[in-house]
Amino acid sequence: MKRMLSVVAVALAASLSSQAAFAQTLKTVKDRGVLSCGVSQGLPGFSSPDDKGNWTGLDVDVCRAIAAAVLNDPTKVKFVPLSAKDRFTALQSGEIDVLSRNTTWTVSRDTSLGVNFTGVTYYDGQGFLVKKALKVNSALELNSASICVQTGTTNEQNVADYFKGNNMKYEVIAFGTADETVKAYESGRCDVFTSDISQLYAERLKLANPADHAVLPEVISKEPLGPLVRHGDDQWFDIVKWTLFAMINAEELGITQKNVDEMAKSTKPELKRVFGTDGNLGEQLGLTKDWVSRIVKAVGNYGESFDRNVGAGSKLGIARGLNQLWNKGGIQYAPPIR
Amino acid sequence: MAIEARKPPSQFSARLRRALGGRAGWGGFAFQIVFVAALIWIGYEIYANARANLQAQRIASGFGFLSQTAGFGVSQSLIPYAETDSYTRVFFVGLLNTLLVAGIGIIFATIIGFVVGVGRLSPNWLVARIAGGYVELVRNLPLLFQILFWYLAVLGALPGPRQSISVFDNFFLRNRGLVVPRPMAESGLDAFSIAILLAVVASIVLRIYARRQLFQNGRVVTIWPYVVALLVGLPLVAVLLFGAPLSLEIPHLKGFNFSGGLRVVPEFVALTLALSTYTAAFIAENVRAGIQSVQKGQMEAGASLGFSHGKTLRLIVVPQAMRVILPPLTNQYLNLTKNSSLAVAIGYPDLFSVFAGTTMSQTGQAIEIIAITMGVYLLISLVTSAIMSFYGWRLNRSLGA
Repeated sequence: MKRMLSVVAVALAASLSSQAAFAQTLKTVKDRGVLSCGVSQGLPGFSSPDDKGNWTGLDVDVCRAIAAAVLNDPTKVKFVPLSAKDRFTALQSGEIDVLSRNTTWTVSRDTSLGVNFTGVTYYDGQGFLVKKALKVNSALELNSASICVQTGTTNEQNVADYFKGNNMKYEVIAFGTADETVKAYESGRCDVFTSDISQLYAERLKLANPADHAVLPEVISKEPLGPLVRHGDDQWFDIVKWTLFAMINAEELGITQKNVDEMAKSTKPELKRVFGTDGNLGEQLGLTKDWVSRIVKAVGNYGESFDRNVGAGSKLGIARGLNQLWNKGGIQYAPPIR
Repeated sequence: MAIEARKPPSQFSARLRRALGGRAGWGGFAFQIVFVAALIWIGYEIYANARANLQAQRIASGFGFLSQTAGFGVSQSLIPYAETDSYTRVFFVGLLNTLLVAGIGIIFATIIGFVVGVGRLSPNWLVARIAGGYVELVRNLPLLFQILFWYLAVLGALPGPRQSISVFDNFFLRNRGLVVPRPMAESGLDAFSIAILLAVVASIVLRIYARRQLFQNGRVVTIWPYVVALLVGLPLVAVLLFGAPLSLEIPHLKGFNFSGGLRVVPEFVALTLALSTYTAAFIAENVRAGIQSVQKGQMEAGASLGFSHGKTLRLIVVPQAMRVILPPLTNQYLNLTKNSSLAVAIGYPDLFSVFAGTTMSQTGQAIEIIAITMGVYLLISLVTSAIMSFYGWRLNRSLGA
């Protein structure tokens, strides 16, 4: 129902409003006093509500960081849970200001959907989860398997490419939400559940006996996940983009949630630019001079957020791997703040 | 000066004026033109604005996407389909899956509905209570819940492929659905089909003859032994002369799944079961209301002619009740078809799931795809009600109403 509403909203918005309505997201958010952020329907580590109803996760931290930078309050976020196939419609229609929902950056999404990806919060790849009892050690042994996948994802297309490329037969059953997909896998309808590997680890935690299931070693695709905004509002695009870059730069510069106030007093030219004691980079973005302090105070730097939500400090315990900073062996890299 | 008699206005122009302007005459006609023009203008404005805004946001628009490669797999397809086919093909795959589930669902819902509806009025206390209980239980639970119940609780509880429940080593039931031997055409198929066709035609001719005898001469001709002999005998002769028409490909376990044989996916079974049992509860109530709307005297008239309860119902009451049953029955058929779009919850690839779901999120062309999907459901519904209206018209004619 919600989906139909947002489709109707797209049609109405597209037909009745003028272009200007989409161009002033910053003003709209400030007037509303709340950032509307599209997230998943519950994916531990990325975006899921805890037992008190507070949303946490890496994707959630991006929303909170934007709210901190724009509204000076990381709690002023309205989280809108969306299924994979409804997410773009919700963004196009203006129901949400930013979509931060483990979404893969591809050229077709960047162009024909009318959205812009702003960066990469997590470098991921697609994998397969199987029951250990099947005694399968490689994805190449999956000929004629039944595969559960969530509809509206890049996973659905990758799995078709992979099996065709390896001349294997398969049966794919596509479900509307992640929960339905996992439920069908658990009930034995499918031999395999396929998704981004981070998601496989997260969903495995929800299974009755996580130890009975294994992730196969093959990574069959590139899945750079990141936040995205609508076409047509360059200022808002910049703000979302640089919020994430600020988190990554903060880690590189050693600015943490704890030492942020100390560091702000620094006289190093680079830090003075970052903290706005010299120049007005924040104001050029449409924010305030202390935008980086606000972000780091609210959610910490990228590394802190990673560890807390998906890394060593979380239940998922995923290694940094590709998501380590560029100067520490990974590929996370942000343009400089200057 | 001669007084001319007032001429009556010419018939044609008066009729035209009435048709176009109603009682208000030409003034009303002008108003209608303005109104229609305004509607067209609003429609055009919406269209042009949507187009301009989509372009400004650089969201793809138009119907060019229909020829692009889909690139995703579909678990059930009535026509050959591969990942390299276009979105148009996906559309037809989804449409046929929707029609299949709706068609079979309607047949089952009608049968169950009539049995339960008549059962509710049965003089047998137990039958009436069981039918009543069925209706109250099924129609008061949400449909989505019932679909998930059949899918996860009933079919999901079946064993895996390697522990399938097998019947005569030919039929295998498991949580991946039902596998049955696949009939394969053999050389005798043509002769066999012709024999069946002949038998059916001959039976129809016999029936027409029997009815004519009944209505014109009042003579009851028993034809069923001949019909059975024809339907069984002729094909049998054909098989003896030309050899077996079909051979069966027996499924066997290979790798993860069965290879060979014909497979009915559990999503289809669950959806059909849920839709037909749910809609049947409503149809049962329609049938009961229809039968109760027929005067009690008709039942007594049947009894006084010496008809049994069943025969009175079949020959006297139900034909009259059909007039009342038909319009709400059409509603239920339409509901069933539209409710089949809940398929996405259990991964059945119907039109809504593969076209308004996957295709839409891959291409992002919400407006075009929703418009096409709405148009298709509308068309299916209109065709269904047209068929039902035709049936109703024939029924009324035969009842002389």
